Amino acid sequence: MTLGKSEYLLEIFSEEIPTRMQAKAAADLKTLVTAKLKEASLKFDTATAYVTARRLTLHIEGLDAVQPDVNEERRGPKADAPDRAVEGFLKSVGMPRDQIEIRELPKGNFLFAVIQKKGRKTSEVLTEFLPDLIRTFPWKKSMRWGARSLRWVRPMHSILSLLDGEVVEFTVGDEVTSSNKTSGHRFMGSGEFIVSDFADYKAKLAKNFVVLDMEERKDIILKASLKLAADEGLELVDDSALLNELAGLSEYPVPVLGKYDAKYLDVPPEALMSAMRTHQKYFSLKSSDGKLASRFITVSNMKTADHQAAIIAGNEKVLNARLADTKFFWDQDLKTKLEDYLPKLDQITFHAKLGSVGERVKRLIKLSAYIAGMMGTDIEKASEAARLSKSDLVTGMVDECPELQGLMGKYFADAEGLDSEIGNAIASQYSPKGPSDNCPSAPISVAVALAEKMDILVGFFGIDEKPTGSKDPFALRRAALGVIRLIVENKLRLSLRDLSAAAAEQYTSHDLMDMRRDIGDFFADRLKVHLKSEGVRHDLITATFSGSGESDLVRILERVSTLQALMACDDGINLLAGYKRAANILRIEEKKDGKAYDGVADLSLMSLEQEKTLFKALTQIEGRVEKAVEDEDFEKAMTVLAALRSPIDRFFDDVIVNSTDVSERRNRLLLLSQIRSTMNLVADFNKIEG
Amino acid sequence: MSQMVSSKINKNAPSFQELILKLQSFWAAQGCVILQPYDMSVGAGTFHPATTLRALGWEPLNAAYVQPCRRPTDGRYGENPNRLQHYYQFQVVLKPSPKNIQELYLKSLEDLGIDSLKHDIRFVEDDWESPTLGAWGLGWEVWCDGMEVSQFTYFQQLGGFDCSPVTGELTYGLERLAMYIQGVDNVYDLRWNDHGVSYRDVFLQNEKEFSAYNFEIADTDRLRDDFTKAEDECQLIIDKGQKDGKYYPFPAYDQCIKASHAFNLLDARGVISVTERAAYIGRVRTLAKICCEAYLSSIEEGDKS
Repeated sequence: MTLGKSEYLLEIFSEEIPTRMQAKAAADLKTLVTAKLKEASLKFDTATAYVTARRLTLHIEGLDAVQPDVNEERRGPKADAPDRAVEGFLKSVGMPRDQIEIRELPKGNFLFAVIQKKGRKTSEVLTEFLPDLIRTFPWKKSMRWGARSLRWVRPMHSILSLLDGEVVEFTVGDEVTSSNKTSGHRFMGSGEFIVSDFADYKAKLAKNFVVLDMEERKDIILKASLKLAADEGLELVDDSALLNELAGLSEYPVPVLGKYDAKYLDVPPEALMSAMRTHQKYFSLKSSDGKLASRFITVSNMKTADHQAAIIAGNEKVLNARLADTKFFWDQDLKTKLEDYLPKLDQITFHAKLGSVGERVKRLIKLSAYIAGMMGTDIEKASEAARLSKSDLVTGMVDECPELQGLMGKYFADAEGLDSEIGNAIASQYSPKGPSDNCPSAPISVAVALAEKMDILVGFFGIDEKPTGSKDPFALRRAALGVIRLIVENKLRLSLRDLSAAAAEQYTSHDLMDMRRDIGDFFADRLKVHLKSEGVRHDLITATFSGSGESDLVRILERVSTLQALMACDDGINLLAGYKRAANILRIEEKKDGKAYDGVADLSLMSLEQEKTLFKALTQIEGRVEKAVEDEDFEKAMTVLAALRSPIDRFFDDVIVNSTDVSERRNRLLLLSQIRSTMNLVADFNKIEG
Repeated sequence: MSQMVSSKINKNAPSFQELILKLQSFWAAQGCVILQPYDMSVGAGTFHPATTLRALGWEPLNAAYVQPCRRPTDGRYGENPNRLQHYYQFQVVLKPSPKNIQELYLKSLEDLGIDSLKHDIRFVEDDWESPTLGAWGLGWEVWCDGMEVSQFTYFQQLGGFDCSPVTGELTYGLERLAMYIQGVDNVYDLRWNDHGVSYRDVFLQNEKEFSAYNFEIADTDRLRDDFTKAEDECQLIIDKGQKDGKYYPFPAYDQCIKASHAFNLLDARGVISVTERAAYIGRVRTLAKICCEAYLSSIEEGDKS
């Protein structure tokens, strides 16, 4: 039989698949099926997965039609073994004596059976593994339906399974049997149809108003939306996440443009956009001057005889009603001053063990003032911003759109005519919310944003609610990264240790555990992650942290970057090698002797020039390194250290540390300990890889 | 230029009462038992024992009913065009959920005058969970031209017990659906019948009075007391059954409903703190659970005899 190349098409057709699960499902289907093919030694050229709201499809091309034949060899007993042993072997391989070979091996002549295993047809292999694969498909959330036990993301209706046009038949969970049929669009399609191959499948789907390819659907939505916007002289507000979601929600996307009443444009644009996006999944539009326009684009799943007129009218009505609600809340909220909400905050629990939001505000006022003081900025403004920072949490607007917290506070503050620095600080208190989010830079904003995060970190660490593994329910990692970015990007000379202590001090009425150490480690970890993303070697970060006990981020970063520069040149690499050699010898000898060598060597005990030179260099350098570190002139510290390179190299080339003379040996070990302690003034070189 | 979109009032659309009649006859034609509303204060159609108890166990179930729902916290003294503390749901439960349940549902919309070729009907992910009933299911919100018109749920668990076979639950928010079909922006403008009676005539006064009662008048001490009494009574009924080797899940469950409503009123009066809230919900869930357990036992033993 010739080894032909086949095409396999699999489609699992179901009720509507949640958009957020679609991409992963397509990727999983491809990974799982191709892994099984590989396991079965079946090769293929390409495998492509597709997903729509109702179908999960896999198309494999250039697939082996049969498995390759394989010969399996089994060695039996010796040729002259007793009959019983030979018979046992024949039975076990299921072959008669005359088909058994005798082979000469170093230990004698042995019986060999060569069992020919015919490769199975691909269709048989598929039939065998697909039912289980589908039954155990890794949906994040799956369900049962009807009276069956089969699980799928939503009820499964049919399976299309074609190998070169022939149905590869199998049944999943006694329930759904594969066939050559599928259906098109829920409303515009003309019912079930028969499919012969992938080309036919795609063509018939298109005829039945299904665009199979996600990218193609995205393209349709984007192009049509841009055109609708341009026709109105407007611009589409970019939103790739929404685009993805919309492409997953419709099998036949038809973008349409609608209007809403311009009177709603009084409401902050972010609130209007949130109402449109979160609740309705609409694109927003803006005019060329950047202002929000009273238009929206929704992506319908239908092409109708009235050119979507009824659909547009319906959506407009829904949006107008929703915006009426939003405007109602906006107008209501404007009637109350931010400070008048303060008593209400006492009634909201922030966390059972950390008290109310009101208590939190009291802490934030003091902490913001402390930070502002350290920064040398306006203490009064910072504490006033902190005092009003949480009031928007009890407004109708934030109740409706929680993601607008902070920002709405700014709008209310501005409407009250408060200082714009206060409003801005309220707006950006939660920033930066991630590695790519804007980082506040205005001093009052920075003080309040830092206080906001430090209060959370210290509080949750203090009640032992630390992040573990993938669990970080209070987003403490994000808070720590925020603190790091705020400090580093604004070059603030604040010690993390002092900052943590100040934050902890505010928790007067709560029993917090002492977690300064944990928090320090946590910051160190976060800093590593942050710097790694900026291409800094993690071992250099560890070395800097571990060597200095430093908690001033700006200083740490300078150290790290000068260290990185040193390690990039020959001097640094050799210096490190010398350090490691010294540290290794010390470790071994210290272990052997059961004591630590730590001190200053005695010049009078030195006999060799090389040890004297090294000693002099170390003595000379130590003070200068110390001074440079003190002056925060790390570059100088590194340059001074680099001068140690050649004395160290020469020492190791010519001096035997383990001298037979006990006092000489001790003195040389002390000299090595001086290398260690001097270099450790700058960083813990032991932690550096290389 | 006015950009206001004139919402077209559809004078030919069915009135509110006709809408209910149409849904009832549609589902009756599908073989559903048309039940009447349960005669107690509940927060959702799901609380009707036809759903909350009967969705458990192997017995087939096909039923449809209107259920008045009370959500004390949603009262707006009749001043909000969309929010009511008392409104109607139309509920359909089908066990085991039939293969064509989505088609049946779409046909019911067609019956109400929603042409699926003219409108944009979508099934948008919405997983349902009721912490008070210890229940969850997967399904969708059904959108028609961007408006949520129904909830569609495949029950997976109830009272903490697996639903097997699975019940499909369809919940139509009747006021919202009627507003959509009649093309009105204010719930009180809905035509109740075709003889000049509006939703306003029937319910405005009711909404005003109940908003005041829910938010201002209800005696919170008495409500707390009601809650505890209902809780005790529920437990007493279950205990009595256990003692006699019998099961009384239905009367016990009535007490669970009572406790739940007392809690909702307390919530509206704003006297429940966050931690207390979780505790109250947990207590109602415990009641729901023991009722469901008794119900399951009653049908299993019924099976044996």
